[in-house]
Amino acid sequence: MKPARFEYVRPETVPAALELLASHGSDAAILAGGQSLVPMLNFRIARPHMLIDVNRIGGLDRIEVQDGALIIGASARHSEVLRSQLVHSHAPLLREGLKHVAHAAIRNRGTLGGSLALADPAAELPACIVCLDAEITLASRRAERAVAAENFFTGLYTTACAADELLLHVRIRPFDPQWRFSFSEVARRHGDFALAGLAFAVRLARERIDDCRIAFCGVEVAPRRLRKAEYSLNGAEVNNGASRVAACGALAEELEPMSSGDCPAEYRIRIASALLNDAVERLAREESFHGDD
Amino acid sequence: METIDEPTFEIACTVNGTAVRTRVPVRRSLVDWLRHDVGLTGSHIGCEHGVCGACHVVVDGRVVRGCLMLAVQADGQSIETIESPSASARIQALQQTFFERAALQCGYCTPGIILQAAELLAETQMPTREQIREALSGSYCRCTGYQAIIDAVDAAAARLRGE
Repeated sequence: MKPARFEYVRPETVPAALELLASHGSDAAILAGGQSLVPMLNFRIARPHMLIDVNRIGGLDRIEVQDGALIIGASARHSEVLRSQLVHSHAPLLREGLKHVAHAAIRNRGTLGGSLALADPAAELPACIVCLDAEITLASRRAERAVAAENFFTGLYTTACAADELLLHVRIRPFDPQWRFSFSEVARRHGDFALAGLAFAVRLARERIDDCRIAFCGVEVAPRRLRKAEYSLNGAEVNNGASRVAACGALAEELEPMSSGDCPAEYRIRIASALLNDAVERLAREESFHGDD
Repeated sequence: METIDEPTFEIACTVNGTAVRTRVPVRRSLVDWLRHDVGLTGSHIGCEHGVCGACHVVVDGRVVRGCLMLAVQADGQSIETIESPSASARIQALQQTFFERAALQCGYCTPGIILQAAELLAETQMPTREQIREALSGSYCRCTGYQAIIDAVDAAAARLRGE
């Protein structure tokens, strides 16, 4: 279980990395945290001719607020994002999602950008980023562009990131205080990949759901907003059981789940529905507990 | 064993406080390098794909999977292994309570678990058993059934608090 031979380069600036990607992109792999890439190298599932190690690029791991929006650099490690007070105050959903990501030693090394660029269908962070309607900035020698999270994930392990592009950062717009967030999932063991996970954001106005966003991981080949289910909840009283049932019904229609021997499509829909139902119920309980605050 | 045209890279780092400057094949994992080239065999190789936690080493103060980091990435970093002579009071306390509670049988997973437990105790003085389980969830032990390991970490935490 040793990697096949590769060439190793370690650019120290973004332009230097983009130069390398421009000439070697399709034959190269970006090495960030390496928590998924290195196993694939060890199994020789991936055999890139060149590894471009971006760990020494200064500032690529920044976590900061710019014009009210939270910017998280691609090489910010999961443990740093989890610990960050800025993330806690601006995007609490990410923190909730990250609690389910792998184990401590993996989180010490794995990066946000790496998880998004890999686009594993079972990974929590892509679903969170879609739920947050974040923007992903990609750069190449040609240009820099921002892609809406929902347009970024295009299929199974497939993204809008071209072979010569590098993921620079994620931008999350501010949310007003009426928004609530939750992340919940069902996995065989804590830290394992989810059979289904729900990233849920909801805006409340006088115990009524004013707006909401629903995205799953582990269910479909790529995360997306489930708009029919969202539509069923919008405008409903938070403790209205009928709208919960309607939303779960909409999910069953709308979802196109993956299917595998140990987790058939029907079962994934059942887990997804249960997660959504529980998330709304929990929200209603919390709201009645907190009153109007 | 390397062939003549194996791509290599010059690195300089510290291993357990000692400065090391050497040339490494770029595809060698950090844990392979520590075991085969540096001669520190306390970090073990289990699964080689980041699942078992036997290969844990500490890089710049953080526990990482030694099989998922390349030796070349240690350049400029400070590496510590279970053999570190400057082992923290936490590691020493854990070694003692693991011994007292017989929290190991074959011992293959033990170095990785102790390093991860030490990281937990550095952040949390009074972890609950649930927190200990969560912190160690990335390590496999095929002998003990984990109960004794949780007990030992619990006991080490108490001892470090002076109880």
